[in-house]
Amino acid sequence: MKEKIELKDLNTYAQKTWCPGCGNFSIEIATKLAILELINEGFAKKEEFVLLSGIGCHAKIVDYINLNSFYSIHGRVIPPATGIKLANPKLKIIGFEGDGDAYNEGISHLIWAAKRNTDITLIVHDNRVFALTTGQYTATSPKGFKGGSTPKGTFEEPFNPIELMLASGATFVARGYAARQGHLKELIKRAICHRGFSFIDVLQPCVSFFNTYEFYNQRVYELEEKNHDVRDFERALKLARKWDYSSCDTKIPIGVFYQTQKPTFEELYQQKSISEKEKIQNLKKILEKLR
Amino acid sequence: MREISILIGGEAGDGTKLTGKLIGKILNRMGYSVFIYDDYQSLIRGGHNFSIIRAKDKNVKIHQNDIDILIALNQETIDFHKKHLKKGGIIIYDSSNIESQKGIGIKMLEKVQKLGFPKVLRNAIALGALCKILGIDFKILEKVIKENLETYQKENIKLAKFGFEEPEKKFELNKLSAKPKILLTGNEAIALGATKAGLEMYIAYPMTPATSILHFLAKYKDEFGIQVVQPENEIAGILMVEGVVYAGKRAMIGTSGGGFALMTEALSLAGMAELPILIVLSQRAAPSTGVPTYTMQGDLLFAINAGHGEFQRIVVAPGEAEQAFYLAGELLNLVWKFQVPGILVSDKHLSESTFSVSLNVEKINKTSPKLFKGKKGYKRYLLTKDGISPLAFPGQKNVITKATSYEHDEYGLTTEKPDEIVRMIDKRKRKKDAIIKEMKKRETVKIGGKKNSEKVLITWGSNIGAVEEVANNLGYKVIQPLYLEPFPIWAIEKELKGTKTIIDIETNSEGQLATILKCHGINVDKTILKYDARPFTPKELEKEL
Repeated sequence: MKEKIELKDLNTYAQKTWCPGCGNFSIEIATKLAILELINEGFAKKEEFVLLSGIGCHAKIVDYINLNSFYSIHGRVIPPATGIKLANPKLKIIGFEGDGDAYNEGISHLIWAAKRNTDITLIVHDNRVFALTTGQYTATSPKGFKGGSTPKGTFEEPFNPIELMLASGATFVARGYAARQGHLKELIKRAICHRGFSFIDVLQPCVSFFNTYEFYNQRVYELEEKNHDVRDFERALKLARKWDYSSCDTKIPIGVFYQTQKPTFEELYQQKSISEKEKIQNLKKILEKLR
Repeated sequence: MREISILIGGEAGDGTKLTGKLIGKILNRMGYSVFIYDDYQSLIRGGHNFSIIRAKDKNVKIHQNDIDILIALNQETIDFHKKHLKKGGIIIYDSSNIESQKGIGIKMLEKVQKLGFPKVLRNAIALGALCKILGIDFKILEKVIKENLETYQKENIKLAKFGFEEPEKKFELNKLSAKPKILLTGNEAIALGATKAGLEMYIAYPMTPATSILHFLAKYKDEFGIQVVQPENEIAGILMVEGVVYAGKRAMIGTSGGGFALMTEALSLAGMAELPILIVLSQRAAPSTGVPTYTMQGDLLFAINAGHGEFQRIVVAPGEAEQAFYLAGELLNLVWKFQVPGILVSDKHLSESTFSVSLNVEKINKTSPKLFKGKKGYKRYLLTKDGISPLAFPGQKNVITKATSYEHDEYGLTTEKPDEIVRMIDKRKRKKDAIIKEMKKRETVKIGGKKNSEKVLITWGSNIGAVEEVANNLGYKVIQPLYLEPFPIWAIEKELKGTKTIIDIETNSEGQLATILKCHGINVDKTILKYDARPFTPKELEKEL
């Protein structure tokens, strides 16, 4: 029997402390709607979802959604997500990170998740600024970004997470935009349903420290309308390089860049379980060999 | 002869470590209790490595530097160790590449090369010669080779025979009636103890001297039904473990000081989120990279204090392989019972030395933690009298379980309210009393030596082998705390009653156990500290007393 739930079943009593107009609201709603639909379509049960978050404004999302969650530390969403999935492959794991988590503090884990094809979904709230610490540049801030630590503008160039993930072997690479909620919800659904490491970089305006609504509204277009073949890796790479997270003179594609199938980390790592009796017999046998 | 010490040395890659182990097995089959000390450098080829095998008709838990038989595969073995050769001791050496005034020279390398075998097979000739000199039946050697070497068996036996024919019998090592015991390194004992207590996943980034736990469990993962994962780094490793235990499976991670230092932020998370993780911290000579393949006890205070903020943990420190087996199993059960991080502190000397043990594997059994049995309204951090909240795991019907690094309410949602903060800190603090209550039912302090003596040697960890031997010889009482946090002061005070002199023995430069004792109002009369990155031998220790 299919479980039917309503949106309100996914709410908690926590008071929301994001700024009015913050892109996080939209990501939260898109996620809730995606999960709600998946539960009601019978894809998974409510108790089978586990959400994780890092530290930063984005991370409060797990307090706001009434599902299993692991509120981790800065930059460390992927390792516990990997552990949970290894321990119980039936669970559906969705990690949320900020750009500071995913691309600054925890960059090694991100690359390894793609390399391993760990079957988890990672949603990066990429506002391209450290917001909860009141505005410093991150890995994806544009060159010249002025913040508390760089009053005259950063001279570093950002890196391109889409390109990085394609190069690292991710099997589902997408970019969303917080202000296109319907599109984002579909992306999240597809990412959760994808078997393997699913990555979504979500362009998220920060109304307090880096308000990019107008910038994105003028440039964003959906790949789904352009008949892009998601199996075409070379084309995906080309599209990824279209915008370098710094320049202002180009359009910005959103949607699924690339999707392919590979065995997942958990499938390859699955350990045949044995009975307690068998284990103890083996243990005693090995001890005998050590005489 | 009641006791014998054999040293075998060569360059890295010469195979002396394996030969040392085989010598141990042979002496084990002769009914002797065996201890093997492996001394090696941080390199893959060249340098100078050696193993000392000490066998005794009584329990032996430490080597001596004085040697009865020296087996040299390189010149340094003779140059460095001939001063330790006892009067009447014998040198067996490879005369293809070594010059020596005395001893039995056999052209081992030449023989092996003439037959077209790999160089490392010359160890078999040395083994043959050793058995002949000790009057050991060749059949025992043959059996040990057959059971322990998977490749070149026939060739090894042929070469051993050649070695066996070369020298004359010099000693008569009596065969004892004792049944051969199990030979186990400290790390293998830790792995087996945790396995018996229900370990389901081992996650570790390689680091000496903890690496052999990873290798041992990876080798036997199918026999034990344990998943073994090598993560991208130590930070990922501990957080993976935290994910695994959140999902309801028992997991452990092993490392040394440097790796543990990287894990401390996540250790603090385990304190806040009440995650039952088990860390094996096998110390090596530090600070920093230090002397990576040698021993030191510099991380006791670090293990007890690591991590930001205040949170409860359990720290144990076994001293030899049997203790390592039982304490690893016991600690895995305890961290689940109390939902706190646990740290098992070892060091190179315990982790990598080989001991003769007799184990009662039935003594360790997986015990069930406090589980949520209700139908609804689950609260991960429910306030309880003993501070322990029932566990539930993701995937469980009608349960939402929220783990968090933030201070939180009972449900697991972030809080910044002063009264809720205090309530939750008090809840976690109550677990200390619960842990101490549990510890009082167990052996937290091991007593040895002459138990009614007024003179006390107090020590921890791997020094116990040397300390106990000296205490037995000189009539001291030995106190060895097995638990270091919570510190079993009640048991120590009881044991110190009526004693006059307390001497603290540690392999570090500051006397960290003495510092802990001082915090509890106990002043030791003397500290004997060794920090040349080598363990105490009984002879060295006797000189200090």
